[in-house]
Amino acid sequence: MALEPGSPGPQSVEARPSAWGGLSAILDTPQKRGITIVVILAAMVIAPQAFGPYATVILTNALLYTILALGLNVVVGYAGLLDLGYAAFFAVGAYSVGILTTGFGWNFWATIPVAVIVAMIAGVIIGGPTLRLRSDYLAIVTLGFGEIVRIAARNLQITGAASGISGIEQPWLFGWHIARQVDFYYVFLVLAVIAILVSVRLANSRLGRAWLYVRHDEDAAEAMGIDRVRVKLAAYIIGAIYGSIGGAFFAVNLTAISPQSFSFQQSTLFLMAVVLGGMGKIPGVILGAFVVVLGPELLRDLGSFRYLVFAVGLLLIMLFRPSGIWPSGGKR
Amino acid sequence: MTLTTILAQQLVNGLVLGSFYALVALGYTMVFGVVKLLNFAHGDLYMVGAFTGLLALSAVAGAAGTSWVGVGLSILLAMIAVGFLGVVIERIAYAPMLRAPRLSILITALAVSLVLQNGVLTISNGQVLAFSPKLGFAGLNLGPVFINYKQIALAGTAAVLMIALELFITRTQYGRAMRAVSVDRDMSELMGIDVNRVIAVTFFVGSALAGAAGTMAGAYYGSVWYFMGFIIGLKAFTAAVIGGIGSIPGAMLGGLVLGLLESFGTQIPGIGSEWKDVFSFSVLILVLVFKPTGLLGKSEQERM
Repeated sequence: MALEPGSPGPQSVEARPSAWGGLSAILDTPQKRGITIVVILAAMVIAPQAFGPYATVILTNALLYTILALGLNVVVGYAGLLDLGYAAFFAVGAYSVGILTTGFGWNFWATIPVAVIVAMIAGVIIGGPTLRLRSDYLAIVTLGFGEIVRIAARNLQITGAASGISGIEQPWLFGWHIARQVDFYYVFLVLAVIAILVSVRLANSRLGRAWLYVRHDEDAAEAMGIDRVRVKLAAYIIGAIYGSIGGAFFAVNLTAISPQSFSFQQSTLFLMAVVLGGMGKIPGVILGAFVVVLGPELLRDLGSFRYLVFAVGLLLIMLFRPSGIWPSGGKR
Repeated sequence: MTLTTILAQQLVNGLVLGSFYALVALGYTMVFGVVKLLNFAHGDLYMVGAFTGLLALSAVAGAAGTSWVGVGLSILLAMIAVGFLGVVIERIAYAPMLRAPRLSILITALAVSLVLQNGVLTISNGQVLAFSPKLGFAGLNLGPVFINYKQIALAGTAAVLMIALELFITRTQYGRAMRAVSVDRDMSELMGIDVNRVIAVTFFVGSALAGAAGTMAGAYYGSVWYFMGFIIGLKAFTAAVIGGIGSIPGAMLGGLVLGLLESFGTQIPGIGSEWKDVFSFSVLILVLVFKPTGLLGKSEQERM
């Protein structure tokens, strides 16, 4: 068999990766793993009290990125598809909430199902035709889709054109007015935990195994009876749902949204979070999300130069450590 | 203005726009044909070309002036510089990845694109720089339609470059080697073709064309900035897909078709110029749905 460029060569054969990646090599017993998770969670719960309001804003943002990176990870890490317009789904969620709450007086919680359905429909429209073709096409079509959504948001009346939508009401939950930054921090913490649990369950599900097979050898997977278009579409739509929910909560957190929040740069930041930590590995993706959010804070003095630092970092990681910065345990 | 005048004027605009798209699409399609890589950084090479052209113009201004000769020289210099940049990028970033999984190489290409964009952002401080050669506003009146000399020179240069490329591909040894590698890389290697050299030549030629298009666009529109390659990269890809990706005549045809579609499409009531990009991406999606092989592409059984 001729080894075509781009086809997985012998060196890309790896041991079946678990969603926990290299973590299992260090934390080899369930006890150690349990203790680590409890410690991290406890640290996250007391973090707002310990670090003050500024850190709370940054950490809330890091949790939002965790949710979005986990969603994008379903598309990129699990199914092996490159999505360069992920901010579009984020925008769909945010604008659904913005339009329905400010324009039509809906309750925030009632808008979430609508946001999810709209994102799913968008996912089918974009993914349906392109997933049948070469996987490269999806990358560039999603790039175009991201631009379409941003341009539409900037030019339509209903999305408030360039100035966006402001005055989005902060939600109530059983008498609790989610309004302070700390409140939102805990809401995002809960959402991130749910996102992690769903990601773990997905990786171990029948669908998760199907993604693994499709990612490694599409032809063989199809010969085994896996409908590759359907499982890819499933990944794409699940990713869209994550993005949309993240966007919905993003909108109520900031109470104002504008087209600049959904640019191509935003999509690349999400992708960077997934790639930096290690595609397909949940702890790696979480780490990546925190690096992407906290890194620019630490490099703030560098100004726009920090984006160059990020870009060079991404290139170096792809060249020298394609499996991400998270230690890759086990056999390669 | 009568409807015919508007249409004729849009025809000219469409052909000018189409020439840019075609030149950039050619590089996309050539690289794709030879190494099966979607070079996301291609649009950014166009952007680097525009900046290099601006630099070159100020460098040769003393000797050759900033008129036609000066601009011609700076196009040439930008082609050489960007051509070499393309080869360097291929050697550093893509060569080690050519046999890696497809997802890795796509992300690498994106990383290269971000490095170029942010590199130029840092150097130029994110500013829009004026690119103002003294080419005048004179032109020809063809009946009711006015065509200025810049537009004629631009379409002419694009045509000359495309003809030169066609001759290069069909008549020279490198062109033949390039076609062989795009059909079967391993077999070409067994036949004694220096595949790495062919890939380098492909990157050089493709990037040089993007560099030429960048300089011409800078001189034509009068300004350059670090993000100018992003949209044209997308458009050129659309053009390459319309023509059939991997097909060189397809890229030329696709570029012109897209340029014309855009300039006529924006005349349709309800589709103003702010919707221009949405219009062309919708065209891309429709082509992928109904004719994914494009106008001149051959249908190939894809091996994943």
